[in-house]
Amino acid sequence: MSETVLDISAVSKRFGPVIANENVSLSLQRGEVIALLGENGAGKTTLMSILFGHYTADSGHVTVMGRLLPPGRPRAAIRAGIGMVHQHFSLAPNLSVLENVMTGTESLWRPWSDKARGRAKLLALSVKFGLKVDPDARLGDLSVGERQRVEILKALYNDAKILVLDEPTAVLTNIEAEQMFATLKDMARQGLSIIFISHKLDEVISTADRVIVLRGGRVVAERRAMETTKAELAGLMVGREVTRPQREAATPGAVVLQARSVTLREGGVERLKAVDFHLRAGEVLGIIGVSGNGQAALARVLGGQAEPSDGQITLFGQDFTGKDVRGVVAAGIGRIPEDRNHDGVISEMTIWENAILERLPDYTRRGLVDRKAGMDFAARIIEKFDVRGGTPSSRIGRLSGGNVQKLILGRNLIAHPKILIAAQPARGLDEGAVAAVHERILEARRAGTAVLLISEDLDEVMALADRIQAIVGGRLSPPVRPEAADARQLGLMMAGEWAMESQEADHAV
Amino acid sequence: MSDIIDILTSAGLWAAVLRIATPLILGTLGALLCERAGVLNLGIEGVMTFGAMIGWFAVWNGADLWTGLLIAALSGMLFGLLHSGLTVTLGLSQHVSGLGVTLFASSFSYYLFRLLVPVEGTPPKIIPFQPIRIPGLADLPFLGEVFTQTAPTWVAIGLALLLAFVLFRTPLGLAIRMTGENPHAAEAQGINPMLVRYGAVIFGSALMAMGGAFLTLSAFDSFIPTMVQGRGWICIALVVFASWRPGRALAGALLFAFFDAFQLRLQNVIGGVVPYQIFLMAPFLLSILALVVMARRTRVPQALMQPYRRGER
Repeated sequence: MSETVLDISAVSKRFGPVIANENVSLSLQRGEVIALLGENGAGKTTLMSILFGHYTADSGHVTVMGRLLPPGRPRAAIRAGIGMVHQHFSLAPNLSVLENVMTGTESLWRPWSDKARGRAKLLALSVKFGLKVDPDARLGDLSVGERQRVEILKALYNDAKILVLDEPTAVLTNIEAEQMFATLKDMARQGLSIIFISHKLDEVISTADRVIVLRGGRVVAERRAMETTKAELAGLMVGREVTRPQREAATPGAVVLQARSVTLREGGVERLKAVDFHLRAGEVLGIIGVSGNGQAALARVLGGQAEPSDGQITLFGQDFTGKDVRGVVAAGIGRIPEDRNHDGVISEMTIWENAILERLPDYTRRGLVDRKAGMDFAARIIEKFDVRGGTPSSRIGRLSGGNVQKLILGRNLIAHPKILIAAQPARGLDEGAVAAVHERILEARRAGTAVLLISEDLDEVMALADRIQAIVGGRLSPPVRPEAADARQLGLMMAGEWAMESQEADHAV
Repeated sequence: MSDIIDILTSAGLWAAVLRIATPLILGTLGALLCERAGVLNLGIEGVMTFGAMIGWFAVWNGADLWTGLLIAALSGMLFGLLHSGLTVTLGLSQHVSGLGVTLFASSFSYYLFRLLVPVEGTPPKIIPFQPIRIPGLADLPFLGEVFTQTAPTWVAIGLALLLAFVLFRTPLGLAIRMTGENPHAAEAQGINPMLVRYGAVIFGSALMAMGGAFLTLSAFDSFIPTMVQGRGWICIALVVFASWRPGRALAGALLFAFFDAFQLRLQNVIGGVVPYQIFLMAPFLLSILALVVMARRTRVPQALMQPYRRGER
C-alpha cells in the first residue's frame, strides 16, 4: 500500500487576478481512492486539468511513478498512465462505442486500423472490471450511465493506472451512482489508483480512503474517511459551520390553489393521472419522487406551458384553465425551473436582460426596452439576494450555478409572489448555496407565499415541507406530514406504496 | 415516349453522365472531407473557378496536363490554408469566411486571367485530356463507349474509394471524424484538433480545385470566368444528400449528372414546346427534391461550424 504513484508538488495557477490553485500538494498511493472535496470554484477541476495537461501550472510539478510529467501535454499524461473521466463526457454521439474508445490509440499514419484487436481488448477490459458495453452500439443511443462506463473504459483502454473522475455522480441516478462506486472500489482492489472530485459528502465518506479538502484554491485539510464526519467535512469545505435551515412551526393560511383530478396527456402518454392537491398560503408542499415520474409535467401545467387534458385547477377560487405563461406570471406565480441553465436563463445574455425576461412588458417604454429600469431592477436583485461574481451588465454565463440560482430566486421573490413553484431548486449546488436557497424559500413561506417544492432530495423536503406527497408514474400519493414519516416510509411512497397510509394521512392533515 | 427510351438507351447519354459527374465528384469529396473535420467550406465555388483558371493557364503556357492539374491542386491548398487560418486559428464564422474566399477567388481568377492572357475575340484554347480506350473494354458494344473516359474521371472515382477507406478504415480517418464530432474528445485522446482541421481543409480544397480544373483541362479546352456555374453549391448540397459518406457522394454526383445529361438531350426532342430554361432548372429542382427525401434522417457531424478553442467548452 505504500507505493506512491502520483505526487503533485506545490502547484500554483492563476487566471489573471483569480487564484485557482495555490501551493497545492498531494500524493496518491497504489490501490488508493482519494476524494477531492470542495465547493464549486475551490479549484478542484483546475488542479485535475493541470494534471491532465489541459492547463500548464505557473509553478510546481507533477511526478507520476517517480517520473516528472511534462506540463501542458495531454498525450504525455495519457502515456504516463493517467486517465481522465470528464464531467461532460469527451465522447462523440455519432460514433460507435469502439470508435470512441479507439480514437487516438493508434499511430495516425498506420495504413489501416486494427479493429479486431481493439474489440478484443475492449471486451477483455469490460469483463475484467464488470463494465458491460456493446462495442458496436452508437454512443448517442446509450443512457448516461452507460456513456460513463464507456468513458471509464476509454481511460482503461489507454492503460490508465490512475483514474481521475470529475464529479462522476453529477449526471447519474442514485442507483447508477451506487453501482459506479462499487465498480471503483473493485478497481482499486485490482491495483488502480483513483481520484474523484465531488462536493457530495455522503459519497465521499462512503467511497474514499482519504479525503482532501480544497477551499479557495488551497488544501485546507486532509482526513482519513474512517475518522471524519459529514459535519466536520462540511465545515472544512465551506470554512464556517454550515447548517441547513429548518422550517419553524406556522399556521398556514387560506387555500390559494386547488387541483382536482388533473390529467395531462401528451402524444398518447398520460404524464399526469387524475392528480389531486392543494396549496395554502404560508405553506410548503413537498412533491418527492424519482425524476421522470411526472414532475416536469406538473411544473409545466402550473407554469402555464401545458394545458391539462382533464380535471380542474382553481387559483384563488377562480378557474385557472387557459392561462399562458404571461398570465401565470401576472397572476403572481413565480417559477424556478428544474434545468436552470436551459430553461431558467439565457447564458449568452447579460444579468439584467435575464432579470427582466419574464416581465418584458413592464420594462418596455414606447416599444423600446427600458434599459435603465432593467439595470436598476437587476442591481436590486444582486444586492438583496447576494448574487456574487458579476454586475448587471455582465454575461450571466459567467456566474456560478449557485449565483445563477440566486438570481432566478431573486427575480421571482422580489415581487412577493403568491405562489412559488420550485423544481429541484438546490440540485447541483454546493453546501453554502444550498443553505442560502433554502433560507430564501423559508423566508418566502414566512411572508405568506405558498410554495410547491418538487425535489428528489429527501433531506431537503423533510427540512422545508409542511406536507409531503409522492409522485409515481404520474399519480400523486395522499399527503403525509414530515413529523409522521421517516426516510423508509418516504422511500416506500416513492416506490408507489402508499395505499395503507392514505386514510390516516387524510385525517392528519 | 419512344424518344425518351431512345435517349435512355443511348450510350452517349451514359458517357456524358460520367463526364458531367467528374467535377461534382471531386468537389463533393473535397467539401465532405472539410465537413467531416467540422469545417464548412463555402469557398468551394471560388476555389473551383481559380483551379479551372490556373490549371488551364499553366497548360496554355506549355506545362503538360498533369502538371496543370497539380498546380490547380496546389492553388486550392493555398485557399484552404486561408480558409482554415480564418476559421480554425481565428475562429471566425465559417459561412462568412467561406463566402469571402469564394468572392475573392472568383474575382481574382478573372483579374489574373485578364492580366495574363491577351484579349481576343474567341478565348484561346489548349489540347485537353483525351478519352482513354481501355483495351478489351473499349471494344464492347454500348459499355465500350460509356467507359471511354479521360484519365481525371477515373482518378475522381478512385479518390472517392480512397477517401471512403481513409475515413472509415484508418486511425487518421477516425481522428478526422472525431474532430468533426467532438474536438474536445479528440484532444483528450492526444489528437490536435486544430492540426486535423487544417489538414482536412487544405486537402479538401485541393480536391475542389482539381474539380474546377477538370472543366478546362478535360470537359472543355478554354477558360470562361463564369464556367463553374454553381457547381460548387451543388457539391455542398450533395454532401448533405450523401450523409457525409464518400460512396453516397459518388452516387449523388452521378444522379445529378444524369439529370443534367438527360435534360440536355430532352431539350433537343421537345425543346420547341417547353422553354429551355425549364430544362436548365430541372436538375437543380430535382436535387432539392432528392435532398428533402434523403437528408431527413442523416446525422450531421456534431461539431460542424463550431470553432474549437482550447480549454473552452
